[in-house]
Amino acid sequence: MNKVIRIFIKDSTLIPVISIVLGLLIGALIMLLGAYNPIRAYASLIEKAFGDLYSIGETIRQITPLIFTGLSVAFAFRIGLFNIGAEGQFIIGSVTAAFVGIQFDLPWYIHVPFAVVAGGIAGGLWGSLAGLLKVYRGVHEVIATIMLNWIALYLSNYIVKFFLIEPGQQRSRILSDSSWLSSSWLSQLFDGARIHYGILLGLICTFLFYVILWKTRQGYELRAVGYNPDASEYAGIHVKKNIVRSMMVSGVFAGLGGASEVLGVFHYQTIHSVFPGHGFEGIAVALLGGNTAVGTILGAVLFGVLTFGATGMKFGAGVPIEIINIVIALVIFFVAASGLVKAIIDKVKKKIISGGSSLPTSQDWKKGV
Amino acid sequence: MDSLSLVSDLIHTTIVFATALIFASLGGLYSERSGVVNIALEGMMIIGAFTAAVVTYFVDMQLGGSSFSPWLGFITAIGVGMIFAIPHAVATVTFNANQVVSGVALNFLAIGVSIYLTKILFDGSAQTKTLDSTLSTWHIPGLAEIPFLGHAFFSAYPTSFIAFLLVAVTYYILFKTPFGLRLRSVGEHPRTAHTMGINVYKMRYLAVMISGGLAAMGGATIALTTTSNFSHTTISGQGYIALAALIFGKWHPLGAMFAALFFGIASALKSVFQVYGITDYIPVDFIFLFPYVLTILVLAGFVGKATPPAAIGQSYEKGH
Repeated sequence: MNKVIRIFIKDSTLIPVISIVLGLLIGALIMLLGAYNPIRAYASLIEKAFGDLYSIGETIRQITPLIFTGLSVAFAFRIGLFNIGAEGQFIIGSVTAAFVGIQFDLPWYIHVPFAVVAGGIAGGLWGSLAGLLKVYRGVHEVIATIMLNWIALYLSNYIVKFFLIEPGQQRSRILSDSSWLSSSWLSQLFDGARIHYGILLGLICTFLFYVILWKTRQGYELRAVGYNPDASEYAGIHVKKNIVRSMMVSGVFAGLGGASEVLGVFHYQTIHSVFPGHGFEGIAVALLGGNTAVGTILGAVLFGVLTFGATGMKFGAGVPIEIINIVIALVIFFVAASGLVKAIIDKVKKKIISGGSSLPTSQDWKKGV
Repeated sequence: MDSLSLVSDLIHTTIVFATALIFASLGGLYSERSGVVNIALEGMMIIGAFTAAVVTYFVDMQLGGSSFSPWLGFITAIGVGMIFAIPHAVATVTFNANQVVSGVALNFLAIGVSIYLTKILFDGSAQTKTLDSTLSTWHIPGLAEIPFLGHAFFSAYPTSFIAFLLVAVTYYILFKTPFGLRLRSVGEHPRTAHTMGINVYKMRYLAVMISGGLAAMGGATIALTTTSNFSHTTISGQGYIALAALIFGKWHPLGAMFAALFFGIASALKSVFQVYGITDYIPVDFIFLFPYVLTILVLAGFVGKATPPAAIGQSYEKGH
């Protein structure tokens, strides 16, 4: 069979694609029930996301943090850990970068890398906390990271209120512009959109993600632990160290994302009453992308387009933008409940192909998993 | 204001805040005792708060303000919460989906659906109108007249009395009835339970649905007693605190209740402190993050040891 076709009917490709289609279809159905025109809504979503240079630039800005948090969640998944804490690591990264950006006055070629690295390291340390708790005290990382998210949120608010506050505002002072990741030429290229160097940093991180996982001994160990911790331990791999390390790297990705967002887009840190949400969206991105480098980019693009384009649906078709949250939730749900999607695929396949066929059935899929 | 009044005020406010947490953590208890992780408590609370607020508002519009409408809202919320929990059961019990991922999806779905519908029902506004009628406090005749103690313990919202009653009921169901034994057995050792003729799938479906109903009661409580409307900030983290209370309470109804009360104090301190101006000395943010730090310390074994149900997080497949 043709190699290209094979890629498309592999379940690692087919399930995300069908989940997206199902999510969008049910979203359309919900819009129909609310007496909205789904075709016009989706058309205006596309129009909003890609209509002109400015929109494309803003869409890329929206995609940028999702690349970081997607990588963060995906990296931890590789060792079998579920990092729900990308949200908190993202916040810690951004508040640290904001702190460096405000409290220091340095030439840009020192200030920018300093702020970025500080954000990354802070996120990494925050992430490794969950790893340490798991390894030494047996705390499940899901619960630990959920709690650490909230601690990060309030800690960041405290730091802003007591060290960085702009009097009378619910946010910090503006970062000195020597620390900004903003790029005037990129911005001009896209008609003044707030696209910034963070996207380049994100792509570099994606490349590093690939290299660390597939081209280094460390990456081999991480993946080995992910497949089978007991066998890895027996083979002489230090499992505990690897767990802490992977949580740290995972946190670094999320922290860099937070730094990139505050240095590139906002130039101040807000006092959050609710989570910014990029970390949670990162879970969706990683899941959809099958925890691979390329998949993460694709997932980030999809969710970036959906969330940014959603504002267009409001103007174009009057649909409340929350419909996109519903669609995203449905997509995550279907990817998670892949058994459900497989059952649907099998039914469809049986209808299309009657009689003997060489196409894989769900039984073959089970063997592969 | 003297210190006795302050304490009395504090206890009163603690019970108000703790009520919703008790409902939701009892909800988490049923689900997790049956072996299904439920981080969708937050989403289920959102759905409960939304349903309660909307139903109460529209019944009020039809009938005029009445003490009947918030109760109708409360009861509808339970039903809708149970229905909303079904996808979680379908995904995790029938299709072996990752229980955490499914919970994350449900939380996304809850906020999406509730705000989407709010905007449709209230002309594009992201919050419901303020409710005319909400649940009013009950004063237990006689006891409520006792100085200080009466205000602290015997005059509270009806939902608080229901919550405490449900703690006792849950304790009884879980530890004194065959149903409870079956529920716990599928959470500890599903295969053995299955061998003994217990329908693991059915038990887990039921547990997840009960969980949804209870968490929705928690959300409804907040909408009907504290905020008097529904918006995207009505439920902001209470579901996760309830989860923390469940763990801190070591997956036991009484433990969860005491943990919920304890975390209720944290919230109550914040609002009482603000009234009395003490927040100038202790930053509010530290009061906010306290429950979460404590939960981590508990889990890490620095403050007692919590052992989760043995089969938690594991899906069960017949004949494997």
